[in-house]
Amino acid sequence: MSSAQTRNLIVLAGIWAVLLLAPYWMAPLGGYTALATRVLVLGLAAMSLNFLLGFTGVLSFGHAAWFGLGAYGAGLTLKFLALSTPLALVAGILLGGICGGLLGLLIVRRRGVYFAMVTIAFGQVFYYIAFQWSSLTGGDDGLRGFSRQPLDFGLFKIDILSEPNNFYYFVLFCFALAVGIMGFVLRSPFGRTMIAIRENERRSRFLGIPVERHIWIAFTMSCFFMGFAGALYALVNNFADPRGLHYSQSGDFVMMAVMGGMRSFWGPLLGAAVFVVLQDYLSSITVNWMSFVGLLFVLVVLFFPRGLLGFLQRSRA
Amino acid sequence: MSEAINVLEIQNVTKRFGNLVAVRDISLQVAKGEMCAIIGPNGAGKTTFFNLISGFFPPTSGTIKFDGHDITKLATHQRVIRGMARTFQITEIFPELTVFENVRTAAEVAAGYRLRPWVNRAEAAQIHQRVEATLKLVSLEAKADRLVGELSHGDQRASEIAMALALQPHLLLLDEPTAGMGDQETYQITQLIHRLHRDSNYTIVLIEHDMRVVFHLADRICVLDQGRMLAQGTPKEIAANETVQAAYLGNAA
Repeated sequence: MSSAQTRNLIVLAGIWAVLLLAPYWMAPLGGYTALATRVLVLGLAAMSLNFLLGFTGVLSFGHAAWFGLGAYGAGLTLKFLALSTPLALVAGILLGGICGGLLGLLIVRRRGVYFAMVTIAFGQVFYYIAFQWSSLTGGDDGLRGFSRQPLDFGLFKIDILSEPNNFYYFVLFCFALAVGIMGFVLRSPFGRTMIAIRENERRSRFLGIPVERHIWIAFTMSCFFMGFAGALYALVNNFADPRGLHYSQSGDFVMMAVMGGMRSFWGPLLGAAVFVVLQDYLSSITVNWMSFVGLLFVLVVLFFPRGLLGFLQRSRA
Repeated sequence: MSEAINVLEIQNVTKRFGNLVAVRDISLQVAKGEMCAIIGPNGAGKTTFFNLISGFFPPTSGTIKFDGHDITKLATHQRVIRGMARTFQITEIFPELTVFENVRTAAEVAAGYRLRPWVNRAEAAQIHQRVEATLKLVSLEAKADRLVGELSHGDQRASEIAMALALQPHLLLLDEPTAGMGDQETYQITQLIHRLHRDSNYTIVLIEHDMRVVFHLADRICVLDQGRMLAQGTPKEIAANETVQAAYLGNAA
């Protein structure tokens, strides 16, 4: 028991060391810091989705909606309301989380395929709103004309716009905050009821857990985290894209989670890293990069049903 | 509040599914500390009756009182919180969690911690203690760290009963606790239920097919047939009842 705990601590320290030093080891390997930043942000999105998928057992296929709303919330705030990066993030988190939570009320009674279908449908509603409402969102061209602002601490400012390393560490800080809260929740009695629902919904109900209410809370939390990731994504690109709300984007997040391993906490981050790096590398060679990512996905699902990280954990044990 | 309070009071409960009347006008009282067995041939409505008691679905008509309160319209989880625990004919557990984790989930919900973002040391220790005591009661303490999904059928059953016990229920509903068990396992589960009833004074309603178990354990036996209450009484009365003999026991013996 204690040796397993020690090993977990070592693995955890390793993960954070890799993340903290990413700007230094990525360049020699042919990467660049902005790529690492994208991995973190999309990794956070995949982990947010997996908070629901892997730990409550509920598959949402429309989570890009909350991601996209987070991006628009941050972008619109920077463009029209206030030149403040923290405020933009808060606006994105709230927009994604509150919209997700309200719609969640309507859908938590659905299960399985029906739940997935309804989330796709609602997600597409937001996609079309962003697509059509050109005067506010820029329509098909996306929302432009804003950029992330330096962090103003009164005594000093940190430039996160032109200094990629500063921005990476800012995103890493946000990532750590969100992931820390997720990990904390999953270790709590509430988190254990989520896992109970994943394992056996009927048994959970007959232990006195109001299952729908708990799924709604998990769904809503997941939407808030998703909004956070989306808001960060708008800051990464200084741009918000309606395709960020599209269900194909939701599909990408599901792919990252499943590829990395949805039963493990860190799996989706690994999935996002593989996805983003492959996309970056392959898209410079061929426009059909997605077919290669798709092939890899199929291979992983066929041969490592627990995902890449699940496979690594198995083979080490 | 007249004389002894009945834990369970069911009055004229009927359940229809379309044209089918699965449970027809059944009334039943279960006193505190009593062990009541429900028997009857397949399709007699036993499990439907259990589902009505535990709130799986509402009755078409009739009322159900639990600890003196009308619970006819309450949802399942609300009945559980009021002290009603249930096991299933096909074991319902959390297969990928350990025995300890299975029972801890029950204990934490029963302690009212289900929405808590954290528990303090004292609370965690108390939960830990309760889980261990419960595991001891069902003789699973040596297997606490095993995954429930990897245990034998009998031990999975015992785990499910442990989860029910960790809820500290006033009423225990056991749906065919010995289903699919060999003689040895049946004996062990029977001994366990016997202990729960005799030593810990649990109020228990159970559905059971194994007549040896029923006549050994029950204070009272209710015989269902085609959704109706055919007879109820002590094991002796039921054994002597001619209607029951004809309808059920006759061809089983």
